[in-house]
Amino acid sequence: MNPQPSRPKVVLRGVHKYFQKKKELLHVLDDANLEVAEGEFVCLLGPSGCGKSTLLNMCAGFESIDKGSIEIDGEPVRGPNPRRVFVFQEYGIFPWMSVWDNIAFGLANRTFKEKHTIAQRYIDMVGLSGFERAFPMELSGGMKQRVEVARALAVDPDVLYMDEPFGALDSLTRLNMRSEIVRIWREEKKTVMFVTHDIDESVQIAQRVVVMSARPGRIKKVVDLSGLDHPRDLDSKEYLAARDELYEAMGVSTRIGAR
Amino acid sequence: MMTFAALQSAPAATAQEIADGRGYMAAVALLATGVVALIFARRLSTRFEAWGMPIALGILILGVWDGAVVMSRSTIFPRPIEVWGAMLELVRSGRVWGDIAASLFRVTWGYLLAAAIAIPTGLVMGWYTRTFLALNPIVQGLRPISPIAWIPIAILWFGIGDGAGVFLILISSFFPICVGTTAAVRNISLVHQRSAMNFGVRGLDLFRKVILPAALPQIMTSMRLALGVAWLVIVAAEMVGMESGLGYLINDARNMGSRYDLVVATMIVIGLIGIVLDFLIRRLEHFDEVRWGYVKQ
Repeated sequence: MNPQPSRPKVVLRGVHKYFQKKKELLHVLDDANLEVAEGEFVCLLGPSGCGKSTLLNMCAGFESIDKGSIEIDGEPVRGPNPRRVFVFQEYGIFPWMSVWDNIAFGLANRTFKEKHTIAQRYIDMVGLSGFERAFPMELSGGMKQRVEVARALAVDPDVLYMDEPFGALDSLTRLNMRSEIVRIWREEKKTVMFVTHDIDESVQIAQRVVVMSARPGRIKKVVDLSGLDHPRDLDSKEYLAARDELYEAMGVSTRIGAR
Repeated sequence: MMTFAALQSAPAATAQEIADGRGYMAAVALLATGVVALIFARRLSTRFEAWGMPIALGILILGVWDGAVVMSRSTIFPRPIEVWGAMLELVRSGRVWGDIAASLFRVTWGYLLAAAIAIPTGLVMGWYTRTFLALNPIVQGLRPISPIAWIPIAILWFGIGDGAGVFLILISSFFPICVGTTAAVRNISLVHQRSAMNFGVRGLDLFRKVILPAALPQIMTSMRLALGVAWLVIVAAEMVGMESGLGYLINDARNMGSRYDLVVATMIVIGLIGIVLDFLIRRLEHFDEVRWGYVKQ
């Protein structure tokens, strides 16, 4: 059922990143090479400090590329672009705007009628009907994150960059949001690059998991999960095998309490 | 003013006055004991804590004040009851309304002009680093100069009158609002900046939809601060360089036969108007568009 990977959408070649920390030069990202196909759902998985967020910020054009190149549709990335929308780790929606205004934020150039139709469509899609006039501070964490996803989808981007978008949610809401995001991805056929440090999260949602190691951040392993159909059975042998492979790649035990 | 005249005509303390004084001391001691007891009381209703305590303390302070005046046999400092009489006199004669209007007129115009200049300046200074580097040393250099120090220049430029008052309020309100707005813009979260950039919003739209609203809660705080300062400065300015307004009224009351009852009454009027102004500007913090900036998430 999953869309088949087609031509490359995002291409990273020999990407390096350095941060100046006082007098020390930190090598944050070391020679990242990756191709993400159009319509593909890729997870960047790694421990904190492995440069996965930095890599995503570079793809989005928020951070400069020190060495190497990042191309999208064959064009080098030169700053942020509404065709590629970032969904932030902490709430990037604007607390001074109502839900409706937040979701319509990227639609400034549309007519009022178009704006209304599009905003309403995505409000319904993320299940926030009836909350159009509410302000973010009146919403729960999960609802705020839905607003942010709807705001990103409303401008109909080709690529969604998601930086631990469910990291601040409680575990039940997080599980629901994972199902939601897979459903939306399949409906909208976007290319998704999703950063997480949660192994289970990556196995549950991604077609491909890119495992990274820390300091300097390196792509250590790429695990293909496109053989696992959605909806994924979290008890199936294939799922458990993939999960175990990722646990091993991350260097952690699948047995809690083992010595 | 009967008591006042009676006190003036009596060169030495009479037995009656000494008895009065003792009565006062006893009453004040009793009240003070009551207030202290209330402060240390275990259980009080919240309504009593909110209203009863301040009222009890207020009565105590009035009692101490009155007792001190009576016992010191001061012929100049007014008793609370005399201040009350002076307030009635101010209101009945209609004199105070003209002075309130004069003070509020200068504060309103000076303050609004200051906001109209300081907010755009602060927004631009906060957002564009070059503007900040160019203007910040000048702003920081002028800011520590007390607005009172500008009075001679204000009079030189605008003469004695409203112009000088408006100018002084403009000077005193501009700096807190400008500095507050600049800091507010520089504090806008990176995530919100990047969101705006990501959706391709720039130019005037960026200021209107993101920068101004993101900074607004902090701008409002600085405007509240500025209004408080403006109300302090106008009184001083009117005492020195103007011929109307509440500050002038204080000077006038002192110069015309040491009417300290009118002086204190005017002080109370100034305080009450200051409370009303602060209350009004705080109402603005309840709008949904800024309330997010004051509540902990």
